[in-house]
Amino acid sequence: MTDVTDLNDDQTEGGQELQLRADTDPLELLREAGAVLRLPEGPALDPADISTEVGEDETMIINMGPQHPSTHGVLRLMLELDGETILRTKPVIGYLHTGMEKTAEDLTYVQGGTNVTRMDYLAPLFNETVFSMAVEDLLGVELPPRAVWIRMLLNEVNRVSSHLLFMATNGLDLGAVSMMIYGWRERELVLAFLEKVTGLRMNHNFIRPGGTAADLPAGWQDDVLELCRVLPPRLDEYDVLLTGQPIFTERTQGIGVLTKEQAIALGATGPVLRSTGVDWDLRRDQPYLAYDEVDFDVVIGTCGDAFDRYAIRLEEIRQSLHLMEQIVDLMPKGDYRAQDKKVTPPPRGRIDESMEALIHHFKLFTEGFKVPAGETYVAIESPRGELGCYLVSDGGAKPYRMHIRGPSFVNLQTLPVMLRGGLVADAVAAISSIDPVMGDVDR
Amino acid sequence: MTDIAEVDGDETTVEPEPPNVHGCPAESVRGETVVHVDVAAYEALVKALHDEGYTFCADLCAVDHSANPTRVLPDGLGPERFEIVVTLRDMAQHRRVRIRCQVPGAAPTVPSLFGVYPGTEAMEREAYDLFGVLFSGHPDLTRILLPEGWEGHPLRKDYAHGKVPVQFKAPQGARHA
Repeated sequence: MTDVTDLNDDQTEGGQELQLRADTDPLELLREAGAVLRLPEGPALDPADISTEVGEDETMIINMGPQHPSTHGVLRLMLELDGETILRTKPVIGYLHTGMEKTAEDLTYVQGGTNVTRMDYLAPLFNETVFSMAVEDLLGVELPPRAVWIRMLLNEVNRVSSHLLFMATNGLDLGAVSMMIYGWRERELVLAFLEKVTGLRMNHNFIRPGGTAADLPAGWQDDVLELCRVLPPRLDEYDVLLTGQPIFTERTQGIGVLTKEQAIALGATGPVLRSTGVDWDLRRDQPYLAYDEVDFDVVIGTCGDAFDRYAIRLEEIRQSLHLMEQIVDLMPKGDYRAQDKKVTPPPRGRIDESMEALIHHFKLFTEGFKVPAGETYVAIESPRGELGCYLVSDGGAKPYRMHIRGPSFVNLQTLPVMLRGGLVADAVAAISSIDPVMGDVDR
Repeated sequence: MTDIAEVDGDETTVEPEPPNVHGCPAESVRGETVVHVDVAAYEALVKALHDEGYTFCADLCAVDHSANPTRVLPDGLGPERFEIVVTLRDMAQHRRVRIRCQVPGAAPTVPSLFGVYPGTEAMEREAYDLFGVLFSGHPDLTRILLPEGWEGHPLRKDYAHGKVPVQFKAPQGARHA
């Protein structure tokens, strides 16, 4: 097999940074200027509007990030400016890349959860859920109802904590520093519940192939209902603090506007897609877990601006709380993991009295279990959009290939569209409204 | 494989066991339609599916199958080293289809889907970065996750990983004397 690395270097290896107009491919120039639709739907931007003749001294290319406080980690944006107006945008990413997809190929399916949970670190339980569901799909393991409902409960609790963090950082980015304190305060309540259930505030590795690591602790219903009681009045406070506040609306309404067609063409999902008015939520449109047995509304916007994305997330917190209340009522009794000896370790008590159980336990955690050869793609609705896991097995105890479709990674492509023609100060509002998590972008 | 133009557009993929989709061999894997295609018919298939209603590209990734002997492909389609796996969605009818495109290892080049789905721009760059698969017609095929000067494509199966020696030795210095 010939090595094509040398071939590639000449043809394609180029700068990742934003180049001068004269040095940029015309198609790329259009993309950086936010023109995404060269399709029958109609051009959003006339190619003639983009001049390649702009002199180097008329515009300025500046870096925003990777260490800018409003970029949520290490996102680096290169902006071409005319005065304060943004003409072109190019996100430069990869500063947090740690090769987690490659790492996954060296970990067994039992260990895989510890790896994926660190990707989108604000929604770790979603990463674990999608990975576990992909493994179970290949295994053909059927979960007991309680395991499914525990997963659903934890997913919704995690959605609340993730959106609360968005509330905090979005407020912070726009100058409402008190909002940051409130958002963090409420998130801590939610994380305290997750810590009680899983033992950890983040990176839980609680949802595992075959079910969950443990059952819910005694009295969990009271904790969930307490969250459902405490949080709504606080959300009403957010309404007073932000939603109706003139400075906040001035900074977000009409900022970072995206149309339906642009959002679909760019593959945007989650609140970014729903803010444009596209009625799409995987929980409802491709039901997984037991979402077809509970009642919730899919919140959509109309304008596709930063304010809509804020309002959608605020309402989604309320919907998640509504879901949590229903789950408390409907939680079935039974086992929290599949009693499939292939994937489930024997009970702790059996290990003390049975040599076979001890060997079984040892083998499961050293060698892991083998998964039948095949491939699958599983997608769930994370707080940021479609979180997918493409898993290929060659019949061994480790994934042959595990690819995570990170919603933040794809959603970032909407930035050139959102920012074109806007001011630098509004870029902060637009970035914040996408709610990117760099661990999810770079993986 | 028949030419895409010969197939009428009224062919649907909702049959329980779809024999082929737009002239390409298809199978149903645990209820999901998977279409197999080679590089020559790849772009036409994607365009036909887009016109059929699959307007949303959910995911695009590459797989290096050079160390996987367990792969099963339909008759008439030679297994190649790389696969480009594309997941498309039809939001109106709530359908999903997965395309598995065989890409030769010697000269891995496939047409870019940027013209049909602009959202594949970053995904194709990622596949290029990690696997070295080239996408012809891509506006900006540069590394996206790894630094510009990186050598090789690390998610290939022949990429040496874990080979960097890690030295364990006692720390030197006054406090450890």
